[in-house]
Amino acid sequence: MNRPTITKYNRPEHIRDYPTGTNYQAGHLVDKNAGWRTFRPVIDKETCVNCLVCYLVCPDGVIFKSEDKVDIDYDFCKGCGVCANECNVDAIKMEKEVK
Amino acid sequence: MSQKKVFVSGDEAVALGARLARPHVVAAYPITPQTIVVERISEMVEDGSFNTEFMHVESEHSAISAVMGASAVGARTFTATSSQGLAYMAEGLHYASGGRFPVVMMNANRSLALPWSIFGDLRDSLSLLDSGWIQVYVENAQEALDMTIQAYKIAEHKNVLTPFMVNLDGFILTHTYEEIHLPEQEKVDQFLPAFETPNKMSPEEPKNLGFSTSPEDNMEFKYQQHKAMMDSMEIIKQTDKEFGELFGRYYHDVLEEYKTEDAKAVLITVGSVTGTARVVVDLMREQGKKVGLIKLRYLRPFPKEELKEAVKHAEVIGVLDKDISFGYEGTIYTNVRSVLSELSGIRSVNFVGGMGGRDISKTDIGYMFDSMLNPQTTEKQKNVEFINMGVLTDE
Repeated sequence: MNRPTITKYNRPEHIRDYPTGTNYQAGHLVDKNAGWRTFRPVIDKETCVNCLVCYLVCPDGVIFKSEDKVDIDYDFCKGCGVCANECNVDAIKMEKEVK
Repeated sequence: MSQKKVFVSGDEAVALGARLARPHVVAAYPITPQTIVVERISEMVEDGSFNTEFMHVESEHSAISAVMGASAVGARTFTATSSQGLAYMAEGLHYASGGRFPVVMMNANRSLALPWSIFGDLRDSLSLLDSGWIQVYVENAQEALDMTIQAYKIAEHKNVLTPFMVNLDGFILTHTYEEIHLPEQEKVDQFLPAFETPNKMSPEEPKNLGFSTSPEDNMEFKYQQHKAMMDSMEIIKQTDKEFGELFGRYYHDVLEEYKTEDAKAVLITVGSVTGTARVVVDLMREQGKKVGLIKLRYLRPFPKEELKEAVKHAEVIGVLDKDISFGYEGTIYTNVRSVLSELSGIRSVNFVGGMGGRDISKTDIGYMFDSMLNPQTTEKQKNVEFINMGVLTDE
């Protein structure tokens, strides 16, 4: 699975250690980002035909190909529900998050 | 100096200056009284004498966005606007300074609507004094051309990396013709080194540009912006010296003093009205009146120490503002008064005039000096006085 990894953020000690302006190495991810999700998409693997429509339409790129068809990276899924809406075989259900 | 002489308007001088600086990308939207800059650059690109990517954009917001994008990846860029166009760019101005993109822009100072007016005052650029751009105000077409070139050297300096706004009085400078000296291209090339962006990226070294920060890191970026702007003061002085050595014209760094040594009353001006004020100072000096003049060139960074030194022997300071911050006073006056608060015993008065293109005459300036010199009149005088009102008011 080629998913982004969280890098530990080392707070700069001195102002000179900050970049000049807003530029930094790409892909430097310091935190998960899914805290506001109220409904999570859950894939029914029996129904799923692996057509990859959800993989294509996910606006955050959090649905990835896996050994068992497709899986969802819940560390970054915001719960928008586009995948469930677009699924041709109704294999994705939105389930209320229990906090 | 064997510089070629040309007879051009202020707008044309800026276009020539931009060409000499060889920006890779120009994006601008025409607006009165800046239009001629865009027209001349179009013609130069058309006839092949200006080798740049000239992007015809659909608005000022797009113009600033386009040059910002180009600057972010290391291109030298130029844009120009005025008034409503500058206001439309406002979001982009803060973006460019925060990204530390050293864009150079010419702004033709013009009134802001309503009432709609195409004529000059400083309310456009002064309302964006806090946008993080270096702001210089020029007095004539020669200075406009020279500052367009100097702007790149200052803005792109590794310790500055801050966008730069060259301000010209609408019509008074943009549309009047003067004979000016055109710097030689080879010397400008020698004066301006290539721009090195800290944002350099490649497939091997991909970068994330223009990111957001959490509250834990945001202020540090703003501190850096402030520090860079403060540090630019030294670079501005160095650049003026280097430019003078190469081209024979010096602009007295951040402010120019005129007959201030023994002056009791000193008037502070910005831009083209300085020329008129200089004549009035000469006339009044002939009558034995101890008057002097300070032409403020840079408003950001604000020349605090230099101004303190220049005014310390004066009895009274007048500030001529072609703007008003409604509900307080002229913006330049506010900035000057903050410096005066560190000196004791200097009276000050704010003259607000010349808005929406109203003329400021020698008589008006003579009146300002007289009212500064005569405590009888100043006693009744308001702190902020609108000069040359066309009608009576209740005040």
